[in-house]
Parts: sequence; structure tokens; C-alpha cells
Amino acid sequence: MIAVRKPGLLTTVQDLGRPGLAHLGVPTAGAADRRAFRLANRLVGNRPGAAALEITLAGPELELEAGGWVALTGGRVAAEVDGRPVPMDVAVRVEPGQVLRVGSVSSGLRAYLAVRGGIDVPPVLGSRSTDTLAPVGPPRLEEGTRLPVGDQADGDLYRQVAPTPAVEPEPVLRTVRGPRDDLFTDDALRTLIGVAWTVTSDSDRTGLRLDGPELDRRRQIELASEGMVEGSLQVPPDGHPILFLANHPTTGGYPVVAVVAGRDLPEAAQARPGTRLRFRFVSVAEARATAGGAPL
Amino acid sequence: MKVRVAGERGLLVEVEDLEMVHRLHAALRELDPPGVVELVPAYRTVLIVADPGQAEALDDLAARLPGLELPPAEAVAGETVEIPVRYDGEDLPEVAGLTGLEPDEVVRRHTAPEYTVAFLGFSPGFPYLVGLDPALEVPRRDTPRTSIPAGSVGLAGNQTGIYPTATPGGWQLIGRTEVTLFDPARDPPALLAPGTRLRFTVAA
Repeated sequence: MIAVRKPGLLTTVQDLGRPGLAHLGVPTAGAADRRAFRLANRLVGNRPGAAALEITLAGPELELEAGGWVALTGGRVAAEVDGRPVPMDVAVRVEPGQVLRVGSVSSGLRAYLAVRGGIDVPPVLGSRSTDTLAPVGPPRLEEGTRLPVGDQADGDLYRQVAPTPAVEPEPVLRTVRGPRDDLFTDDALRTLIGVAWTVTSDSDRTGLRLDGPELDRRRQIELASEGMVEGSLQVPPDGHPILFLANHPTTGGYPVVAVVAGRDLPEAAQARPGTRLRFRFVSVAEARATAGGAPL
Repeated sequence: MKVRVAGERGLLVEVEDLEMVHRLHAALRELDPPGVVELVPAYRTVLIVADPGQAEALDDLAARLPGLELPPAEAVAGETVEIPVRYDGEDLPEVAGLTGLEPDEVVRRHTAPEYTVAFLGFSPGFPYLVGLDPALEVPRRDTPRTSIPAGSVGLAGNQTGIYPTATPGGWQLIGRTEVTLFDPARDPPALLAPGTRLRFTVAA
């Protein structure tokens, strides 16, 4: 059992989410930065879908009552166990009763903490993910929350530090045009890839709100709501795009001008308010060619 | 039919009307294409989403879509579900005022049609219904409520709907039902599905 002494700013249980239920209005949710999430599970020998903790900006304080192996990945964060610093991107042993203190995320936005065996809260609709948009899944961590540890480990521990890419200060995200690019002016499409967009402070796991020039529509038609994929760049009437992340709503009523490639969504999920993002149009083939590259 | 690209692992298939959406959705469910993880119907579109590792499967599917045989409309019409409503919503007097109808007449016109669930969205199990009597079209409230109780039945524009769970919302509330629309412990978790027919009745 893991006892939560302090929850941090927003710490949630996450896994790979609930794909396959969007037609019922249930978002996929799951880890926002799936690359860092998968790496954390790999390091402690967990199955890919084992649940881990997603830490946002300021980390929690956790007592591992039975001890265990843990790994921290994603946004750079200082952590310590009883005064001893805990390195990132490597499996680390915590002894029974020791307290793991995770500090503030200094670069990027979200860190992941996997525990060998996985967090074993009861699954809801096939997933242990906290949905931060819809009322599905376990509540966010609070002081006093107790988290069971499961048996979702079937691999070896990684005792060497895994190489990970540095967080880009101004990431350029590969983006596929459409499905509603034809509703926008040529100018708007040039602007989308021509300027740096600033992530605003009202961004969350649902999406990044981007500040920059307005993207004008060619025609002011009322678009009927339609399904959206993760990575969609939706443009509301104010002309400022929203980049939808893992916890995006299943449908939306404003046109999606372009979709960010899955390979570059981890960079988007790590973009804290104030980060400047750029977009670059690529073909579907190019977006797919970059979709692999799993760490380790 | 127009097939639009929605990123490297999505296709947004646009058809002429809601009936075609439900026929295409049924055909795709039957086909169960390899690698596809989501089929999301809406008013005029069906979104097809592939697993990230199997996105190439969409190219084949995109080529097959125009020739896909669709089941007849009668075959995909869902069963009719009755939703008993206590028509004592906070906004019923205001809706009566806005529409120029007596509250009883609002209720009569709301319970008269057979609605179709176009699709579910906004929150888990929330049905977007078509079939509302145009006389009941009212604007959203100027200020959305911060919490609307589960089971609330509301009106907004040409839409009527039921809030499955307590959420904030801006619709005009005319009543409430005891029916549970969404229960994660149930299989399927949502009472309604795209294509389901629905009738509101006055709760005894």
C-alpha cells in the first residue's frame, strides 16, 4: 500500500485509458505523455498498461509502506527518499516505510511515477485512469488516499539510466492538414505554420489553449458536432486554436483545421503555460513514419 | 460520401444525413475492420480511429468505403426507450414565457414526438436528440448553472437532452427523470446508443 501524505498540485492515476467507448461519449483519457508513461513502466518491469501516477508541476509525498521499485520519468523533477536524491529514468529501490518526496517539475509539465506491480485501484470501464473531464475513474490523489500496489510486473528492472530526449524549449510539432482545412483561408493555414503559438494558463489534460493571431475562416458556416481525435487543432469562433490532448471530449462543434502527429503529442503534453509551440505540415505517411521510436 | 483525413490514424467520413450516418455506422460495426479502435458517429459524420500501431489499415478501408454495402434504414433503427419525466423543472415557467405556450402545452409538445438519439457526447451517455417540435426552440440560459442534477431534462436551440451525471450546463431545465442513463458498472454503461428511438412520458 502507498499512503499519500501530500497529493501535490494535481496527481492522478493514469494508464492507457479507455479506447473504444467514444461512441458512448466516454473520453479515452489515460496518460497525457504516453511516451514517458510507457518508459516508467518499462523501467520497473511492468506491463505496458499498468497504472502509474501522473504528476503535474508540483509532486506528491508518498509513503511506500511495503517498499518497492519505482521509476520517475517525463518532465524533469527533483525527488528524494529520506534525504537521498532519486535519479530519474532508472529503477530505484525504496525500502518499507520510506517516504518518497517529489518536488517541482523544473522542465516540462508532467512527470510519471511507476511502481513495480502497478497502482491497483479498481478499474472502471477497463481502465484505472482518472478522467479529468468526465466523472469516470478514481478521484485525484488527496492527503490520506491509500493506493494498493498490484501484480502487473512481468519484466526485469532497468538499473541503468535510460537515454531520453531533452525537453525542447520551442518544439515544432508535425501536423497533418484537415479534416476541415477547407473551411479556412489560405492566410490562416500559412499563419498556423508561420508563427509561434503561446500555451496559455487555462490549458489542462483536455487541451492546450494557444494564443496568437486569429485564424480566419473562409466561410462562416455552422458546423454540426463531429468526432475528434487526440491531437486535433480545433478553432473556435474567436480564431484561437485548441490542441486537444489525451482527455479531449469525444465530439466537438468547431472545425478541426489540422491534427498533430501522435509522435509529437508527448512534446505537446509537456508544454507548460508560456511555452511557444510551432507547427509544420507533413503528409500522413510522414506522420506515420515518425509514429514509432519507442524508448528502450 | 466524402472521406476526410483526420491525422495519421483517423478518417472522418461525411455523408448526407443522420440516417446515412447510422447505416454507415452499422455497416462498419458489422465489417469490424482490422486495427480500428473507435467508430464515432455524429450528425453528418462517422469518425474512424485506428490503433497507433495499425494506422496503415486505414488506407485499405478508405478505398473500400465508397463501395461498402449499407444495411437498410429499417434494419438499423434501434428499439424505442421510454423516459418518464416529472415536468417540474426550474425553467419551465420561463420556457412557457419564451415560447408563448402554457406549461401544459410545453409538456404535451415535448412528449408528442418520437426522438432519435443522433449520437452521445458532451459527457458519458449524454444523448443528442433530434425530433424536437420547433415551437419549443428556446435560447440557452445567459449564465450556465455550475451544477445540474443528474437526470435533468433540458432544452437549448433545436435540441433537447438529458444530463446523465451532475455537470455544469446552460440548458433550460423543464423536468427530471429517475432513469439512470449512464452507469460504469453496467454493460453497456450507456442506456442509449446512437440510433436509439426515444419517447418522453409524463411520470406518474
